[in-house]
Amino acid sequence: MSQKFEGTENYIATEDLRVAVNAALTLQRPLLIKGEPGTGKTVLAEEVSKALDMELITWHVKSTTKAQQGLYEYDAITRLRDSQLGDERVKNVENYINKGKLWEAFEKKERVVLLIDEIDKADIEFPNDLLQELDRMEFYVYETGKTIKAVERPLVIITSNNEKELPDAFLRRCFFHYISFPDAATMSQIINVHYPDIKDRLVRNALASFYEVREVPGLKKKPSTSELLDWLKLLMNEDIDPETLREQDSGKLIPPLHGALIKNEQDVHLFERLAFLARRERN
Amino acid sequence: MFVNFFHELKAQNVPVSLREYLSLLEALDNDVIGNQVEEFYYLSKAALVKDERNLDKFDRVFGEVFKGLESLGEGDIAEIPEEWLRSMTEKFLTEEEKAEIEALGGWEKIMEELKKRLEEQEKRHEGGNKWIGTGGTSPFGADGFNPEGVRIGQKEGRHGKAVKVWDKREYKNLDDSVELGTRNIKVALRRLRKFARDGEADILDIDDTIKSTAHAGYLDIKMIAERRNKVKVLVFFDIGGSMDGHIRLCEELFSAARTEFKNMEYFYFHNCLYEGLWKDNTRRHTEKMPTWDVLHTFPSDYKVIFVGDASMSPYEITYEGGSVEHWNEEAGATWLQRVTEIYENCVWLNPVAERYWEHTASTQIIKQIFSDRMYPLTLEGLDGAMRELSRG
Repeated sequence: MSQKFEGTENYIATEDLRVAVNAALTLQRPLLIKGEPGTGKTVLAEEVSKALDMELITWHVKSTTKAQQGLYEYDAITRLRDSQLGDERVKNVENYINKGKLWEAFEKKERVVLLIDEIDKADIEFPNDLLQELDRMEFYVYETGKTIKAVERPLVIITSNNEKELPDAFLRRCFFHYISFPDAATMSQIINVHYPDIKDRLVRNALASFYEVREVPGLKKKPSTSELLDWLKLLMNEDIDPETLREQDSGKLIPPLHGALIKNEQDVHLFERLAFLARRERN
Repeated sequence: MFVNFFHELKAQNVPVSLREYLSLLEALDNDVIGNQVEEFYYLSKAALVKDERNLDKFDRVFGEVFKGLESLGEGDIAEIPEEWLRSMTEKFLTEEEKAEIEALGGWEKIMEELKKRLEEQEKRHEGGNKWIGTGGTSPFGADGFNPEGVRIGQKEGRHGKAVKVWDKREYKNLDDSVELGTRNIKVALRRLRKFARDGEADILDIDDTIKSTAHAGYLDIKMIAERRNKVKVLVFFDIGGSMDGHIRLCEELFSAARTEFKNMEYFYFHNCLYEGLWKDNTRRHTEKMPTWDVLHTFPSDYKVIFVGDASMSPYEITYEGGSVEHWNEEAGATWLQRVTEIYENCVWLNPVAERYWEHTASTQIIKQIFSDRMYPLTLEGLDGAMRELSRG
């Protein structure tokens, strides 16, 4: 287990994140990642799998997802139909068991990264139903009477948007990392990774007005890293002059192309109101 | 080795268990980290804290327990175990120091006070990054406020290694000590669930299909309606005035209730129920709907929940024209009476702690109208209220 995660050329991992990933990797425990939307929770799993050259298996959780679906599903209807048609397959129940993502990850010969994305979307009992499976990395298939055990314990990365709180018993088994919002220095590193040939001045001015936007009290949804990256892309496409950005800053308060940063109607209204007040104050 | 640290975390109400402690030791044993203090801080944070709300508490405890380690990161090679052990002994305070802390009212007290002041300050300097204690007489400040050496870090300003990471208190905003989290509320509300099969037969009934297939000798598919939560809930929220302090709690209750019930209708009122209700608080004066309409629209099998502090002048309930906002033709008590008569299952949830109820006349009156079905807005109270509602 000498492999260590150090971040990749596309992903800036802060030191605390690296320690958390490596701890989960070494001790073979799940790693729970939380943080503001758009701070790169899901991307982390992709980058870890790339950096450590492990295959990535993703299980997207929805509100209707059941824990059982991650293990396997028994397709009774097809079997019933096949029996009607006298198909030979019907004699073997294994033909009608569809493997879930967890099963898939367990039977790989090489160690894989298993991403359980947005676990908080599912029913409130969902994490509890997976306790045993994630702990022992094995489960029992009732239809065939077999126990499926992981060949190599996968690195499990779980992301949560905090829509529901997770049960204590589940939390106790995981390592936890909260991706806090990057500071200005980390942020310019991140920008450099994504847009290597962007003008320095543009970045500086854009960052300044970005953090200003984030500081505005009462915002429903603060813009996050992914929104900043989108916004910069737009600024580059439109070839906005860094100086206009600066001007806009002090004068109008609403940065150009703000649609990429502010995604909420009420927030846009809030900004317009603030801009109006700022103008009135100056006059 | 770090038993002291572990106990200190427990004492500060960071929920840690033996299991987490053991996995931290296991990680150290497996050389997950090198010999940097920062790395140890990151590792213990990942292993011991499972909720961002507790990160701030953790930072505080870490700073306290491992006081004296800040310079360690700069040393070339530090043999960590020795250093850690030494810091353990440093941790124990002298008698003088203890006395000083006592004088300030004890650790808990100080933290409480500090938190309060921080909250106040944040409200005043909205959006700014000024922190508490830029000089003056406050015992809290960047220069260390008491012998236990808790520091409130500055967001910027102190550069380089001298700023301990855990001193930055990045997670301060996430710390809230809500005893009643959304998850808890949801679990309590689940008591109300009542499943029934209703509507379109759109899912396969495997048992019935197998049975009738065996019977008929050919594939005979039977469909059945999906099981859905049948419970219907009508919620009335008191809003404005004395309720402002409880808004957070109510919002949590509301968001939990919204996802838990398919059929939930809500209305707002102010202080007491009168002839008008509204759905959008910003347009409360223009878009009022008559209470009679509401009572006629929703049949009596709805379960009714009132949420309000029931703290007002008794006249607002018992007299015509008692309302603080308008002239009401009929007394609030009459309206409340009507609701309890129409709906068999109704309760009043009160965010005010139960021990204060007897001192407020209006609370007593409402409690009486609701035949004692008033419950505090705590987990236990919620549980009791749901039990009451699911009766009959």
